[in-house]
Amino acid sequence: MSSPKTLFEKVWDAHVVRPESSDTPAVLYIDLHLIHEVTSPQAFSELRQRGLKVRRPDRTLGTMDHSTPTTPRNALGIIPVIDPQAINQLDQLRKNCAEFGITLFELGSLNQGIVHVIGPEQGLTQPGMTIVCGDSHTSTHGAFGALAFGIGTSEVGHVLATQCLLQYQPKTCAVRVEGQLQAGVGAKDIILALIAKYGVGGGTGHVFEYMGSAIRALSMEERMTICNMSIEGGARAGMVAPDETTFAYVAGRPYAPQGAAFDAAVARWRRLPSDEGAQFDREMTLDANHLAPMITYGTNPAMGIPIDAPVPTLADMPDAPSRQALDAALAYMGFEPGRPLLGHPIDVVFLGSCTNSRISDLRTAAALMKDRKVAAGVRVLVVPGSQRVKRQAEEEGLDAIFTAAGAEWREAGCSACLGMNDDKVPPGKYAISSSNRNFVGRQGPGARTLLASPLTAAAAAVTGCVTDPRTMIK
Amino acid sequence: MEPITTINGKAVALPIENIDTDQVIPASYLKVTDKAGLAEGLFQAWRYLPDGSLNPDFALNRPEALGATILVAGRNFGCGSSREHAPWALQGYGFRAVVAPAFADIFRNNALKIGLLPVTIDEESYHELLSHIEEDPATMIEIDLPNQRLIMPGGRAVPFPIDGFARHCLVHGVDQLGFLQQQEDAIAAFESQHAVAVNTLQPN
Repeated sequence: MSSPKTLFEKVWDAHVVRPESSDTPAVLYIDLHLIHEVTSPQAFSELRQRGLKVRRPDRTLGTMDHSTPTTPRNALGIIPVIDPQAINQLDQLRKNCAEFGITLFELGSLNQGIVHVIGPEQGLTQPGMTIVCGDSHTSTHGAFGALAFGIGTSEVGHVLATQCLLQYQPKTCAVRVEGQLQAGVGAKDIILALIAKYGVGGGTGHVFEYMGSAIRALSMEERMTICNMSIEGGARAGMVAPDETTFAYVAGRPYAPQGAAFDAAVARWRRLPSDEGAQFDREMTLDANHLAPMITYGTNPAMGIPIDAPVPTLADMPDAPSRQALDAALAYMGFEPGRPLLGHPIDVVFLGSCTNSRISDLRTAAALMKDRKVAAGVRVLVVPGSQRVKRQAEEEGLDAIFTAAGAEWREAGCSACLGMNDDKVPPGKYAISSSNRNFVGRQGPGARTLLASPLTAAAAAVTGCVTDPRTMIK
Repeated sequence: MEPITTINGKAVALPIENIDTDQVIPASYLKVTDKAGLAEGLFQAWRYLPDGSLNPDFALNRPEALGATILVAGRNFGCGSSREHAPWALQGYGFRAVVAPAFADIFRNNALKIGLLPVTIDEESYHELLSHIEEDPATMIEIDLPNQRLIMPGGRAVPFPIDGFARHCLVHGVDQLGFLQQQEDAIAAFESQHAVAVNTLQPN
């Protein structure tokens, strides 16, 4: 009998075209390549220069999300793009997809949305696949038991031309999250707590496999939130073993196998979970029972604390570089060491991004905001992850709850997560954001970002300050 | 790609840990469809004052750092976004190598692909290098890629790891896409027996 294998090893082994040797990395086959307007144009230019075709347009899909506006549609039902650079970038993607025969989900069309929302939503993301995209949050798709990771534009070119990548096999890390979450605590709090515990470089060189009772109990969308931020823990990718929750989510989606083909696929997917006794190179643990809602106070995602805890002091830091980093972060954020964040006024609430813009995230936020009003002076952007999420939310009347509260109901896209479209947080202003990065200037020059769950963001929208959402739910 | 063997250059230090690629180049510079103008956005928030003028206190702007080709930075350099615009901007500015005690995975991959050499050295040598640069801001160092060693001011050789394939490609100017294209027969054979089907051209 062969030795027990991890989920990662099974997916990796099933995609090795040519094994790693002493002189060369492995040639790894890619099942699905997702592209968007920002990290693909230079790769297509490279293809043209070399006279190459896209090898497998049937394994490639484009969407528009990063530089797109999320402003409401005009009278003609069109989302107006004003920024000339964005117009050019979107035109370029349109032209590239047409020329190379790639399906493109056009801005505003029914299937368009954030690349990491539409893959799962369309049933393109499936267990056991290898999936790449020129975007670090490709780790999201690992929630299905796929090996999914972000690549740069040179590698986008490699996959377009050959459907393969040159890769050295990463190490594995078991991330055990045991216990039961308390009311008001969710997937976002698990991943923020894990990153706070192990640091932004903690997972470098490793692929995480999230496991344990707390992970098993999560929905697919919650698992996506966790896998999404694997990169914030430094990991190459994050994975969750597929189970009945996974199969039920994939079943019936447009690009998923149907009928007998689906049953055959499920039979294959059932063999993917890590074998009993499989060895991991490393292990991390987190106790879900005692988790509180998490919030970040600093300028990287590991600078997070339970929402009712004080901001750390220099004396809490283990070494000089951490003290220097804390000092710089608190100066940028305008926070005092040792003081609580609870009650600190905020200016903007951003509910969206590939981390937390799916229907369950919007439902959670809407449930808290129902029959309540956005606090005076606070701008609240609610940005669904895709046009389909938007439509679903509208069918459920969630848009009416948000707009009645005084929030803005926007079109689908990356929006204020990354400060490259019209949605930005003004300089010096405080934003509670359901996104994934609180880096200096990430949401716009001088913007001060506090990362939190959609529920914590919704609570702040209503109170106008950092608020423990547990005090506001029934 | 130009072959790289030895890099002799002036070093400039940004002794900060976890420098993310949003700091290397913010997303507002990512709206290009080529690689032009990216060097202007390099370390934008640090390099420029709010009025757009150069920040005289920022390490890269000091007169003695002019012409530096080697960046020395803290642990986990290049974390965050996968944007290849980050190594493009560094290279466009004139950097040929980044030296750090550790790199984020994607940045390291991207840098190797374009011939910006990521050099991982031990913490002790990193701190020694920082003190040299602090004492003499015009500190020159040598990076000998074929022999995988960084020569400190004073002559001490510090070994650094790099995978054999990347080293071969950089030293000989070998293009990795060309190498992948040569695998066509193996790729076609793999595809003929590969079970994972998906068709983005047509929903099921």
